[in-house]
Amino acid sequence: MSIRGKAFIAGVHEHPERHLPDRTLPQIHADVALGALSDAGLSTSDVDAYYSAGDAPGFGVLSMVDYLGLDCHYINDTETGGSSYLVHAQHAATAIAAGHIDVALITLAGKPRTGGAGPGGSGRVSGAPEAPFESQWGMSVPGGYALAAQRHMHEFGTTSEQLAEVKVAASTHAQHNPHAFLQDVVSVEEVLDSPMISDPLHRLDCCVITDGGGAMVIVSEAVADRLARHCIPILGTGSFVKSSQSGRIDLTHTGAVRSGPLAFNEAGVTPSDIDYVSVYDSFTITVLITLEDLGFCERGSGGEFIASGALRAPHGALPFNTDGGGLCNNHPANRGGMTKVIEAVRQLRNEARAEVQVPDCELAVAHGTGGSLATRSASSTMVLGRSL
Amino acid sequence: MKLPAKAAQPNSENLPFFEGAEQGQLVLPRCRDCDFVIWFPREICPECGSQDVGWFEASGDGSIYSFTVTRRIPGGWNKVTPFVLAYVELDEGPRVMTNIVECDPEQISIGDRVEAVFEEATNRDGESGPPLLRFRTTES
Repeated sequence: MSIRGKAFIAGVHEHPERHLPDRTLPQIHADVALGALSDAGLSTSDVDAYYSAGDAPGFGVLSMVDYLGLDCHYINDTETGGSSYLVHAQHAATAIAAGHIDVALITLAGKPRTGGAGPGGSGRVSGAPEAPFESQWGMSVPGGYALAAQRHMHEFGTTSEQLAEVKVAASTHAQHNPHAFLQDVVSVEEVLDSPMISDPLHRLDCCVITDGGGAMVIVSEAVADRLARHCIPILGTGSFVKSSQSGRIDLTHTGAVRSGPLAFNEAGVTPSDIDYVSVYDSFTITVLITLEDLGFCERGSGGEFIASGALRAPHGALPFNTDGGGLCNNHPANRGGMTKVIEAVRQLRNEARAEVQVPDCELAVAHGTGGSLATRSASSTMVLGRSL
Repeated sequence: MKLPAKAAQPNSENLPFFEGAEQGQLVLPRCRDCDFVIWFPREICPECGSQDVGWFEASGDGSIYSFTVTRRIPGGWNKVTPFVLAYVELDEGPRVMTNIVECDPEQISIGDRVEAVFEEATNRDGESGPPLLRFRTTES
């Protein structure tokens, strides 16, 4: 069974704030849930399925279904870090295709700026089997991605200047987003002159830390047909867990090498058909490696591809992250998967900001990465269309 | 400067590794069915699924697969920057996360030959625990 064209994104909402000292975490989940339902033209009473990940407080799905007053017969709390929300969307589309549900709500919220640490790690019981062999060495989050960047540079000659262009392109987009956490355009030199965090990643190679959240509502064709809103069909999905490869880890690729083809094949399209991509951007290196993995450029040539200006909207070969992405706009709860989907929906609805709207945007990809490139990670890819 | 050295808490599945470390030996698990050298230490072979796992003393020699010099980091590690976080590829195959110590961080390169050193470690209560597996560079 394929989910192609069976499920539709009917509503999305990104919290406009980046600093939320006076709202509780459940309130932010509620803010974005109500926003996405309103965008779709639906209400909480229409929801029959709810999905959240480790950023939902307390008992997760149980606490939030109760708090929001939902009536759900289908629930899921898959936790794969920043890609969780794309995995949820895949699961919701599958359940819709199977006829189990009609209206799925997925929420993300967090307060890493004003409310303490988010759901670092898994939010599960301690005793991970790998922990005694990985937690002793001072691996920060940037440090782990730096290991991947260093190896990619070694094997393929990728440069810091090429990585910096990812940030530069994101910043040129973010200048048009009044909600973006960072709205100033930066140059390659400014990226390279920012403090070194963990060689070769500078501060400006790293994503922002913001409060906020986002939500999406996924509906069946029957529901989509009666809504006034432009509903975006889900054409293909794919997810893959890249393990530490039995201790022979290759740091120069991600699970996108598997999740991408699954999604493209289900959609019946190829990477060259794609007009816009929302690609996970926890760090500049995350973007570069993922673009190679998804097949937008040859393996090892991501640096050249990026340096060509390909990522710049609206006229680059492959405009990316037109909201400014996690590098400039927003990385709520230290998780970027939700906002990736939201901006892809804006592009396909022709509702991105005018300066960065991709002309005739018919096909888009949203891609999430969770966990760490340095150890184990979960990739999830979704192909979306303007219409069926 | 000495890097933080927090002792691991061994369990019944990975105990031979840590008992080896107490003796200054790098002891690794190997599948008795397919001979695969397993990393991280566990009593299941991720290659063939067998739970018939034996243990052997490895050479302790390897080379740097990747590394980063960390210059800013939250918490106690910030006191010891710059320090080297690395993956070392052991001559027996596995790539293990570790630190490169007794070195000038600015002189480290991918491919450098390294050897195991076991560094004293303590637990939260200040009691000594299994030593940590770190590496230092060798004359090629």
